[in-house]
Amino acid sequence: MTYFSDVAALARKDLLLELRSRDTLPAMLLFVVSTLVVFHFALPTGTSATAEVGLLWVAILFTALLGLVRAFVAEREQRVLDGLVLSPCDRSAIWLGKGIAVLAFLAAAELVALPAYALFFAPVSWELVAAVALADVGLAAVGTLLAAMAAAGRARELLLPLLFLPLVIPVVVGGIGASVSDDPGRYLAFLGLYDAVFAILSWASFEYVVTE
Amino acid sequence: MIRAAGLSRDFGPKRVLRGLDFEVPRGGFLLVTGPNGSGKSTLLALCAGLLAPTAGELEVAAERREVGYVAHEPLVYRELTALENLDLYGRLYRVGERRERIGMLLERFGLWDARHERVSSFSRGMAQRLALCRAFLHDPRLLLLDEPYAALDDAGGRVLDEEIAALARERTLVVATHEPARVERLATAKLALA
Repeated sequence: MTYFSDVAALARKDLLLELRSRDTLPAMLLFVVSTLVVFHFALPTGTSATAEVGLLWVAILFTALLGLVRAFVAEREQRVLDGLVLSPCDRSAIWLGKGIAVLAFLAAAELVALPAYALFFAPVSWELVAAVALADVGLAAVGTLLAAMAAAGRARELLLPLLFLPLVIPVVVGGIGASVSDDPGRYLAFLGLYDAVFAILSWASFEYVVTE
Repeated sequence: MIRAAGLSRDFGPKRVLRGLDFEVPRGGFLLVTGPNGSGKSTLLALCAGLLAPTAGELEVAAERREVGYVAHEPLVYRELTALENLDLYGRLYRVGERRERIGMLLERFGLWDARHERVSSFSRGMAQRLALCRAFLHDPRLLLLDEPYAALDDAGGRVLDEEIAALARERTLVVATHEPARVERLATAKLALA
């Protein structure tokens, strides 16, 4: 139980920091809505549903990236990550706490993005909602690990997209497949498998990322 | 409690520490002195486990929960209050009677009245006092203090003098400072880095 109380304390701290500073979530909300507006005007009329849903996934991916770039700013600026790493809590709890906060920001951004998508493009199906929910878990799991890795480097703003985007291509494939395929279950299962595999890998490897 | 043999540490092509040998027994007090850039902070970060040696051996017979570390930065969140920061660390270190312990330390280091203020509004000296509260919070067996007097005013310095004097012999201390005169009489060993 102490593991989960550590995770809860760390996640609560991140949500409190965001409530105070309002650095990340407003930027994510503004970005995702602006992107969908731009796509709305950029796409010619009569564009296929696959192209429309593809652009939604592009918007989601880059919104997640925006949040992840800022995920470890507070820890980096004051070297707080050293303080957390030195504490006796399991280091994976730091990853899980941060991942929960990232997931919460991403979910909040999508609460705005999906109605905006419905307004500008097409109605939102239950398959799309399920795919987005599953994708969020994978994006948060992989993204939090990579954000911690990038935070230690000097070219972190460049490094994070270079690491993150190739690793989340399966999320885009699964997400679009689930949204437009006749057999969405197969793609949703694929997203679930991706979440499980990458969450376990990230959980297990975080210790090595934050220690020299 | 700490044993170093041939301890070296490089940062890229630069060798910051070169072949250090020293031993600090349980209850010992190692005073580390040296000019800027001589590797004092690196040595303490190595002892804390934040860095790995490039060469040589370093054994620290203490678990993470038993180490208190003061670095150049206070290692606290700027947008949380002093109380919130200490409460977070208190939870992670599983400090018993956490609120009482935090209250006692805030009172001791003169931060009680500022406990609900965000660290971003603190002066450098107040942030250093908070860093000391954080390091002492879990009553560690091994204290690694890197420039603990930095930015402290006279009153803060006196409180820290008293705390260090009370802990010497009971706890193991490694103190790196540019003000060795304040703690020299308590030291059981000295290490002058060049």
